[in-house]
Amino acid sequence: MKSGTNLEKVLDSGAFAVTAEVGPPKSCSASPVERKGEAIKDYTDSLNITDNQTAIVRLSSVAGCVILKRIGVDPVMQIVCRDRNRIAIQSDVLGAVALGIGNFLCLSGDHQKFGNHPTSKNVFDLDSIQLIQNLKMMRDEHKFLCGEDVSGDVPLYIGAAENPYADPFEFRVNRLAKKINAGADFIQTQAIYDMPKFEKWMKMIVDRGLHEKVHILAGIIPIKSAGMAKYMRDCVSGVSVPDEIIKRMKDAKDPKEEGANIVIEIIEKVKKIEGVHGIHIMAVGWEDSVPVIVKKAGLFPRPAKQAAVN
Amino acid sequence: MIKGEQKTIDEIEGMIADYRKILVVGCGTCVTICFVGGEKEVANLASSLRIKERVKKGDKIIEEAIVKRQCEREFIAEIAEKVRDADAVLSLACSIGAQAMAENFPDKPVLPGVNTTFLGLIEEPGKWSEVCSACGDCIIHLTGGICPVTRCAKSLFNGPCGGSADGKCEISPDVPCAWQQIYDRLAAQNRLHLMDSVFPVRNWRSFSAIGPRRIAREDLQVPKAEETT
Repeated sequence: MKSGTNLEKVLDSGAFAVTAEVGPPKSCSASPVERKGEAIKDYTDSLNITDNQTAIVRLSSVAGCVILKRIGVDPVMQIVCRDRNRIAIQSDVLGAVALGIGNFLCLSGDHQKFGNHPTSKNVFDLDSIQLIQNLKMMRDEHKFLCGEDVSGDVPLYIGAAENPYADPFEFRVNRLAKKINAGADFIQTQAIYDMPKFEKWMKMIVDRGLHEKVHILAGIIPIKSAGMAKYMRDCVSGVSVPDEIIKRMKDAKDPKEEGANIVIEIIEKVKKIEGVHGIHIMAVGWEDSVPVIVKKAGLFPRPAKQAAVN
Repeated sequence: MIKGEQKTIDEIEGMIADYRKILVVGCGTCVTICFVGGEKEVANLASSLRIKERVKKGDKIIEEAIVKRQCEREFIAEIAEKVRDADAVLSLACSIGAQAMAENFPDKPVLPGVNTTFLGLIEEPGKWSEVCSACGDCIIHLTGGICPVTRCAKSLFNGPCGGSADGKCEISPDVPCAWQQIYDRLAAQNRLHLMDSVFPVRNWRSFSAIGPRRIAREDLQVPKAEETT
C-alpha cells in the first residue's frame, strides 16, 4: 500500500471506483463542505476538494479536506501549480499528510485570467508533471526536491488529470504516459461526452498497456439544462459536447431528468470500456444529483469504507 | 529586440508636474526601431507637452536630446551639459537606458516616459510578440526553437496542458498554444521523441532565484595596475 486510503484500496481491489468533487465556499464556513459531503459520502469512495478552481479564491483545499475527513470522507486534495512554489507545495503536503489526507491530485491550474484576481502574478515554479515527480520522490525516496531527507514515511496516493479532448490529440496518450512515468497512480479525466473520441483514446492507452500501470477514472459532469450544455461546449476549455446531447437537452420536458439520463448512459458505456477503472463526477453546484446518478447507474452500494492506515 | 510602449500623455504630465525645465531624451536603438522613443517620438512628445503647457499658460521649458545608445555611459556623456541644465530628465529609452541615465546623473530625477514591455519579435508591421524572458538557461534546442518559459501562458516544461484547443491557448483565441507550435515544429523535423521524456524540475538560479543577476568576465576586465612602490 502506498497510502492506505480508501480510494487506493477500492481501486486495488478491482472494484469500479466512484469519486466526486466538492467545491469549497467563498467564506470561512465549514458547513457548506459538510453539507455537500454528508449528502454524497455514502455514494462515493472519495471526494476531491478543488484548489481555488478557475482561479477564484475559496476556502483552501487542505482545510476542505480536513473538514471532509471529520465526517468520515476519504478526501482527495487538489494542488495547482499556479499559486505555490516548491517550498509551499512540499510544506502543504507534509501538513496535509499529518492531518490524515492521503490522496493528492496534481494539476497545472486554470490560468488566473479566468478568476476573480486576474491582475495577480502566477507562480508555475513546477508544472503538473514535475509536481507528480516531486510527490513520488517524497514518498518513495523520502527526499525533498532539493535532495535533503524527509524524516519518516510520506504515504501518498498520487493522482493526475488528463483531457482526451485537448490538442494535439495524437500526443495526449504520450502525455498520459509521461504522467505515469512521473509517478501517477490514478487519473481523473476531463468530462466525457464525445464517446467515440474517448473510446479511441482508451484504445490507444490499452494498446500501449498503460491501463495496467494506472487507474483511469472517466470524468462525468451532469448537465442541468440546454443552456449549460451549450455553455460547456462553447466556453469551457477542453470540453467537447456533441450536438446530439444539446438537442436532447433542448427537446426534454424535464431537462434535469434528461441530463441525469444522459450521464447514466455515458457511465453505462464507460463501464464497458477496457481500462476504465471508475468514474469521477464533477457536479459542482449540483451535488444532489450524485446519489441519483450513482444509484441509477447500478453503482450503489459502495464498498465498505476502511479507515486509513495513517 | 527590447519592446516598449510610451506611457499616456496624462501619466507623463503627472510625472513632470513638479519640474520646470524638462529634458526629453530618446535613444537610437531598440525604442527607435519599435517607434516609441526615437528622434521622431521625442519631437512629437516634446511638442505635445509644449502645446499643453501653452494652453495652461504655464512656464515649463521642454528641451530635446537623443543619444545613440542610452544604456551606455560613453553615449550618455555626450549630453551631460544639457542634463545638468535641466530640472528633470524624461527618458524615452527602455528602463535600462533610463536607469543608466539615473546612474550617471545621480542628482537628477529621471522619469520613465516608456514602459519596457518585453523582449520580442515583430510579427508584422505594427504587431510585436514576446518570445524571450532572459531566463538565463536557454533550452530551445529541445523545443523546436520556441521558448515555453515565455510563450506558454503557464511556462510549462511538459505541455501542452488540457486547455490547448485548435492550436490556441485557453487564455485567448488570439494566443497560439506554444506547445502545439512546439509539437508541430518537432513533428516536421522528425524529432517528436524530445517531447516523450519528462523535462525535469527547473533550476531557477539563472533567473529569479538569486536576486539581481551579474556577469563577470575576467577576459574583458581591465587588469588592475600593478603597484609600483
